[in-house]
Amino acid sequence: MVASTMVALTINGESKTVDAPPDMPLLWVLRDLLGMTGTKFGCGIAQCGACTVHLDGKAVRSCLLPVGAIGDRAITTIEGVGSTASGAKVQKAWLDLEVIQCGYCQSGQIMSAAALLQDTPHPGDADIDAAMAGNICRCGTYVRIREAIKRAADGQA
Amino acid sequence: MQDALSKISPLPSRRTLMTGALAGGFVLAFRLPLKAANEPEQPADDTAGKFAPNAFIRIDHSGKTTLVMPQVEMGQGVYTAIPMILADELDADFAAVTLEHAPPNDKLYGNPTFGIQVTGNSNSIRSFWKPLRVAGASARAMLVAAAAGQWQVDPASCSASNGKVTHSASGRVLAYGDLVDAAGSVPVPQNPPLKDPKNFNLIGKPLKRLDTPNKTDGKVVYGIDAMLPGMKFATLLQCPVFGGKVAHVDDSAAKAVPGVRQIVVLDDLVAVVGDHTWAAKKGLDALIITWNEGTYANLSSADIWNDLRAASKKDGVVAKSVGDIAKGFAQGERIDGEYELPFLAHATMEPLNCTVHVTPGACEVWTGTQVMTRCQSYAAQAAGLPIDKVTVHNHLLGGGFGRRLEADMVATAVRIAMHVDGPVKVMWFREEDIRHDVYRPVYRDTISAVLSNGRIAAWKYRITGSGVIARWLPAAFQNGIDIDAVDSAVDIPYDIPNLQVEYVRAEPPAVPTGFWRGVGPNNNVFAIECFIDELARKAGKDPVEFRRGMLDNNPRLKAALDLVAEKSGWGQPLPARTGRGVSVQPSFGSFIATVVEAEVDDKGEVYLRRVTSAVDTGIAVNPDTIVAQLQGGLIFGLTAALYGEVTIAKGRVQQSNFNDYRMLRIDQTPPIEVHVIDSGADPGGIGETGVTAGPPALRNAIYAATGVALRRLPIDRRALAVKA
Repeated sequence: MVASTMVALTINGESKTVDAPPDMPLLWVLRDLLGMTGTKFGCGIAQCGACTVHLDGKAVRSCLLPVGAIGDRAITTIEGVGSTASGAKVQKAWLDLEVIQCGYCQSGQIMSAAALLQDTPHPGDADIDAAMAGNICRCGTYVRIREAIKRAADGQA
Repeated sequence: MQDALSKISPLPSRRTLMTGALAGGFVLAFRLPLKAANEPEQPADDTAGKFAPNAFIRIDHSGKTTLVMPQVEMGQGVYTAIPMILADELDADFAAVTLEHAPPNDKLYGNPTFGIQVTGNSNSIRSFWKPLRVAGASARAMLVAAAAGQWQVDPASCSASNGKVTHSASGRVLAYGDLVDAAGSVPVPQNPPLKDPKNFNLIGKPLKRLDTPNKTDGKVVYGIDAMLPGMKFATLLQCPVFGGKVAHVDDSAAKAVPGVRQIVVLDDLVAVVGDHTWAAKKGLDALIITWNEGTYANLSSADIWNDLRAASKKDGVVAKSVGDIAKGFAQGERIDGEYELPFLAHATMEPLNCTVHVTPGACEVWTGTQVMTRCQSYAAQAAGLPIDKVTVHNHLLGGGFGRRLEADMVATAVRIAMHVDGPVKVMWFREEDIRHDVYRPVYRDTISAVLSNGRIAAWKYRITGSGVIARWLPAAFQNGIDIDAVDSAVDIPYDIPNLQVEYVRAEPPAVPTGFWRGVGPNNNVFAIECFIDELARKAGKDPVEFRRGMLDNNPRLKAALDLVAEKSGWGQPLPARTGRGVSVQPSFGSFIATVVEAEVDDKGEVYLRRVTSAVDTGIAVNPDTIVAQLQGGLIFGLTAALYGEVTIAKGRVQQSNFNDYRMLRIDQTPPIEVHVIDSGADPGGIGETGVTAGPPALRNAIYAATGVALRRLPIDRRALAVKA
């Protein structure tokens, strides 16, 4: 077991320092040490996507990402994604089309969708499948997720 | 509106006045004569200086209108539909309402169907439709009377809208906030006039949900997000064999994990408490536990199925009898079918969790539950405290699906927390959540029928499986009939002259069983609708036509069937190994017809191409939510049909996480169209309806595509592969 060390992170544009063992997944750093509970635990094995955050704008599963491996890459979470152009559009489309039911997976869905739009401003169905198939929704909101991603993309110049 | 939910108070207050509405007579599928048990002492109320005509409504001098939610929000939209009903009859300013979770109190907030606080059985709106309308209307009548009194005019000459009372003849207007004191002294009317539905201004409109804005930006707080000063984090391992006990624990390595604070060893489980979840998990993984596996150490799925099949050969208790079954069977050749459904886990996206703080003489609980008062009583029992010393803080639920109709996780968390100094969040890792669920029961249904002139002349249907109601609500288990197990079988929609429905209660050894979204109708709609397709084929009839011919006494369902046939393109040509399947159901007070179009490849893999549903759910309080619930419910049911099965080997659940307990994902999800039929009938239930509709329609699509009549779920691809 690796002893705790001080780890410097940039989260949603803010510098944070946490006392955490380097092998501790970012998910637990966010939730338990920083009280940023918007990022969710779903499976712990990168099968469900509930814990999705961005590292330098790319979607990653924080449940398996050791905090010691992040270095100086910028972390964006659901609490901060609304400050990005694609994140704000996705959030708006999610509400416009009333995607959400229980909402527990939706932090991860929104983070995956925002990363997709950042890379692929006008995704087709195959792009949506590829980017979103890692995110499980038990309420079954997939039909509206697909529509909302297209709606958000239409809103992007 | 945007912040209606952010203002949800975590500690709701007591209502001192009880509406007479809950005692009102209204039509329910069944109603139980239960009294609230162990009514707790209430926290101090904050109705002082406010107009609080009943348990659901509170208006202060500023006009702020707080609505208390008797039912819990787990995604089904009830935190929007209930405010719509209350506010419509109250003529409140809907944009200014604030929502509050109800505290545990069966007397004030008990579900009229069950007599206790329960959100389940797709009945929130069905059960509360009338009482909430009465609550809103009586408050409105009191406010109008107060204004009329001040103006010294006839109340009938005044009108209410948008949080104000108006006397149009004189042009005078008073806001509700200005009437708080005067309205408080008006007697509560017992039978206030309800609105004519044509005057509804909220009900029936597709309004934006009140709970969703905070679900887009991480602000929403589920039970798992409870954070308290000085809180520790714990996770647990229960004996993997049902009923097994801890024999020995070597915790030397676990204790050496940095951040591990404590190891709690109980009779049947071990928990590790740490400074954060990661320490707790690493500590748990470092434990060397020897289990006393007990009686069920060699139990397997094969044993369970052998028992169930044997039980299904016995005569059951007759739950329904029509005509003369022997005479019916004398009319022709008997056709038989047997259908089997597996154990299923709930796999709510929010895994089981419960935060507890036990102090001398008191216990405080933070969780998300479908059964508030049960959580309170389970916690009290586990802590050895009087019920009034337990406080429960409810939260939004990250999925319920019936798992949170149980309170076992609360008792477990309290048992652990009693050994911990300070608050502790106990979280089940996914593997533990799946392996220690309260599972959807295994069922076996046997059906025999006789056809005469292209119609069903006799029908004998026997259900064999768990009596979930018998365990969960024993008072409702009467004469050996489990009203959940026979639901949608005793009320089969078809016109059949000679019919008998039997129930055999058969509990699987060791494996706990409970409600799972769709409950009893999951089983019965599947078996009935599959067998109907087989009978249609025997009769040489198209599956839609065959059904249609037996629905003359069920015009709402017949209309739904006609609509779905039209919208789905029923009868239009399809490619090879592609088929359409239909199912109809009268379940949960809604009438739904569904067509699934699916393709089966040569290896037997099944692809969903398109799903179409038509629903008559009575008055659709929030029509967009009706559509959303059906879309989601269909996916939930189709997921189970395609992948869902929990199996047992050596007394253990073999599945553990989403890698081996699969879910439908977006790339396998087809377009889903839902058509809502205009209706003036009282609202039906909706949350579970799609779940029951999807599997038989898919199975019948596969039958049409391949000719293979599957009789078990999940779908067996091997049976569908093209033989070499």
